[in-house]
Amino acid sequence: MIAYIIRRIMYAIPILIGVNLLTFVLFFLVNTPNDMARFHLGMKRVTPQAIAEWKAEHGYDEPLFYNSAASGVGTLTHTIFFQRSVKLFVFDFGQSDDGRDIGYDISQRMWPSLSIQLPTFVVGLVVYISMALMMVFFRGTYLDTGGVVLAVVMMSISMLFYVIGGQYLFSKVLRLVPISGYDTGLSAIKFVILPITVGVISGVGSGVRLYRTFFLEESGKDYVRTARAKGLSEIRVLFSHVLKNAMIPILTGVVVVIPSLFIGSLILESFFGIPGLGSYTIDAIRSQDFGIVHAMVFLGSVLYIVGLILTDISYTLVDPRVRLR
Amino acid sequence: MPGAVSGSGLPVPYRVRYADGGPDMSAAVLRASRIAALLGLFVFLLVRPAPLRAQWNDPYPAADGNKNILYAAFMERPKRLDPAQAYSADEYAFISQIYEPPFEYQYLLRPYTLVPLTARALPQPVYLDRHGRRLPANASSGRIAYSVYTIRIRRGIMYQPHPCFARDASGKYLYQSLTRAQLKGVRTISAFKHTGTRELVAADYVYEIKRLASPWIHSPLYSVLSHYIVGFRRFAHTAARLRAALPKVDGKPPYIDLGHIPMAGVKVLGRYTYSITIRGKYPQFLYWMAMPFFAPMPPEADHFFSQPGMARRDLTLNWYPVGTGPYMLTVNDPNREMVLERNPNYHPDFYPRRGEPSDVRLGLLKDAGKRLPFIRKVVFSLEREGIPYWDKFLQGYYDESAISAESFNQVVHFTAGGEAQLTPSMRAKGMRLVTGVAPSISYYGFNMLDPVVGGYSQRSRWLRRAISIAINTQQYISIFRNGRGLPAQGPVPPGIFGYEPGCAGRDPYVYACVDGRIQRKSIATARRLLAEAGYPDGRDERTGKPLLLYYDTAETGPEAKAHMDWMRKQFRKLNIQLVVRATDYNRFQEKMRRGEEQIFSWGWNADYPDPENFLFLLYGPNSEVGDNGENAANYNNPEFNRLFNRMRNMGNTPARAAIIRRMVAMVQRDAPWVWGFNPMEFRLHQAWVFNVKPNYMATNDLKYLRIDPALREADRKAWNRPVIWPLWVIVGLLVVLVLPAVHVYRQKERRSAL
Repeated sequence: MIAYIIRRIMYAIPILIGVNLLTFVLFFLVNTPNDMARFHLGMKRVTPQAIAEWKAEHGYDEPLFYNSAASGVGTLTHTIFFQRSVKLFVFDFGQSDDGRDIGYDISQRMWPSLSIQLPTFVVGLVVYISMALMMVFFRGTYLDTGGVVLAVVMMSISMLFYVIGGQYLFSKVLRLVPISGYDTGLSAIKFVILPITVGVISGVGSGVRLYRTFFLEESGKDYVRTARAKGLSEIRVLFSHVLKNAMIPILTGVVVVIPSLFIGSLILESFFGIPGLGSYTIDAIRSQDFGIVHAMVFLGSVLYIVGLILTDISYTLVDPRVRLR
Repeated sequence: MPGAVSGSGLPVPYRVRYADGGPDMSAAVLRASRIAALLGLFVFLLVRPAPLRAQWNDPYPAADGNKNILYAAFMERPKRLDPAQAYSADEYAFISQIYEPPFEYQYLLRPYTLVPLTARALPQPVYLDRHGRRLPANASSGRIAYSVYTIRIRRGIMYQPHPCFARDASGKYLYQSLTRAQLKGVRTISAFKHTGTRELVAADYVYEIKRLASPWIHSPLYSVLSHYIVGFRRFAHTAARLRAALPKVDGKPPYIDLGHIPMAGVKVLGRYTYSITIRGKYPQFLYWMAMPFFAPMPPEADHFFSQPGMARRDLTLNWYPVGTGPYMLTVNDPNREMVLERNPNYHPDFYPRRGEPSDVRLGLLKDAGKRLPFIRKVVFSLEREGIPYWDKFLQGYYDESAISAESFNQVVHFTAGGEAQLTPSMRAKGMRLVTGVAPSISYYGFNMLDPVVGGYSQRSRWLRRAISIAINTQQYISIFRNGRGLPAQGPVPPGIFGYEPGCAGRDPYVYACVDGRIQRKSIATARRLLAEAGYPDGRDERTGKPLLLYYDTAETGPEAKAHMDWMRKQFRKLNIQLVVRATDYNRFQEKMRRGEEQIFSWGWNADYPDPENFLFLLYGPNSEVGDNGENAANYNNPEFNRLFNRMRNMGNTPARAAIIRRMVAMVQRDAPWVWGFNPMEFRLHQAWVFNVKPNYMATNDLKYLRIDPALREADRKAWNRPVIWPLWVIVGLLVVLVLPAVHVYRQKERRSAL
């Protein structure tokens, strides 16, 4: 398995280079270093001299990909692309364009993201699986049909509706929790209850329908019939047999997102005023801060790759027939 | 068959559970339920001990309820807090409370009046000819080669407590020679245990002016000041050269003591006196000196933050301001909240005793002569979205708010006389509406370099005037701004010297005066003008082709689409086809710099209350194309330029007003802009906030505000009683839903297999 993991890590390197290149090209298609300088220096009374100096200070005075003024390897290394990319591979995120330490900011802002994402993920998983199992238990009844209809309706509604509706109902009408905001430590609980609730509810439709499909597929198999024939209770059949055997498809979708929980949710963080990494990325895009955008895309890619590797490993844990070579 | 009936009478499935040797599921469910209940109870008790918390939705600590704290929000995080760099309203909202330039705007008086802040008096400039000989105060501008401002500051003004001033018992600075070991683990300014202070001296003001000239600071004022302050540019070159010659520390240029590099036009004359010599006569210079750019900067602070390793730890002047103002920044987390607390060393400062006559009626002089600031602490929370901001304001968790377009009709209605009033529901809450016309202008511009809409021929003027009539600004204000704006008649907005209200100040080419009221000319007039311009019925009379014009914009989003549709409709009135070229802001700016646009929209907020700050937007040598200036229309009329040069240095005299009148008439004739509108600002304040008067020049207004925390707490309690019964209804509904399911489950389990 170790050889497999090492091989997957090696495969990740060209993928990360590709992602890095794509981020770089897309960003500089939209923003030139001059635009970035102008944005950071302010909109009023910006002189060409100040722009030139800002670019030189921040390393944006070099060519993007190829430096014809340099010689030898320098034609490639004395470029913005090389200078900005090479450090990322040792997780040195450097400084943002306004001089902040990106690594430190990420380390600070991942906790608010996690405080929303992790409970949403765990509670959501429990709720969706439980509801899906219940629907499978009552398959063919009005509860199953009603559940499917409700799930389709719920998954057709925009996330924004849940956010605004949740804020309106629980914060404005019922006045049970703050509409938005965040605090550290235990004081954060009152602020995260609503985003977590909204996060869970907004995913009910798609989550329940997906898991119901997995469970239905499993529940029609021979071993389930055998279990029932043995006289096992339906709950035991579902929890001990169907759920266990449906873990592979579930894990495919679940484990891969675990590392990405750090990245946060753009909409939830924005509407609920959570100072996490989702809003960090949005702010960076708005402020044309290449350092942060670059770092966050890279980090997202790394975490996604880690998630995929973890998914593969988790297969071996839930299904003894799977071997990683 | 395992679990055969054993005579107990229980149905088969129940027996099977035990026969299988597995756990009893119902018992497990019971245990899980108990654990969940206990966990829920624990969380419930942890989160809200209900008897102690009247408001469950209170976003602030319960203990702060009755405290003298103002709660506000910000939607855009400030990018820079260094007074040499900050230049936007988002940034001034904070630093103007912390840094103190020598002058400020009197809070209540209109027109805007400068008064001393840390200075002892407003300086009278001494005029010198080119040989350095003193000239009389009434000397003509042409003879004045230099103006010397001598500023005397008050004694005894102390800086806020800050580690950069901290000294040990022997008087040696504690944190000015930090080692790597001392900086280990330090990430915030509060990690430095000791603080100190010292008296404000004139050298601190001089030091800051030198920072403005330092190229590595990138002050937006560099280009303006380099034209005026004697020796400013030379200082910049010298400082840059000396700095470059120093060996780098950690790959970065080291600290350089600007105090030791002379600047010919800026001198320390004594501990409390300094002078600034500028070229020529420039009365507006005092206005610049009322902005945070000219606030004092203690060299200790600059040195403290310039030490190796500080910037890497995000310890910079941009993050931790050091000032003498009424407040100091104690929490700087612009992703969540920023907190200003009263500076314990703040010097005696008093609420103004003079105001406008209406201020007495409005109760704005009740606190006259009282010591400032009134509020102990100001908490600014980041609100990225308008809905939560507005809802929290309605719940009493913000003390003031703007009014969004979506909420406007719920909050404000206009009387038959056009006066804005709060709706009864808002009045019942005791809220107060404060309105004012901002010294700003939003306009549509024509690129005067464009061969179709630009130029100075009569034909092109007629075309621009026709378009100016067709674009119905009042309608725009009504549709897109809920009536919050005044149709502009020229480049000078209300409240600025030279502005003429009523029919006298109207643009006679676009508006008529009917019964003493300004009325837009008819679309028939516009069509006639268009025909005279050579485009009868919107077609080029020479080619017969329809007139096609291009509108460049950086607006995006649903509201932008509505705006663009409206714009096309305006041009369709003249049968002109309008092509909207929407792009991102970067490309838009690039087009503007290259002069590739045809029609565009733009705006300007006053830096200071002087017509020069608006008329320069049409001054030829300030063109966007070629001069990289703020004249986005690239209007270049030699006569206008000549008058501008005369007007810019004059005091606010009738002669100046006459020149401004001529200049405005000139641009009304040439129509390089469709004048657009002067925005009106509507702000709501809670009943417990006092001394609110919009002052668009004074950004240090927090010190004048007063609140009644007891009233706020009472209102918050009344407005935010939690409504719990729907939760029980939800629980009931769940039970109603679950019971049939349990019933079905039991039936299913009991059912025989055959």
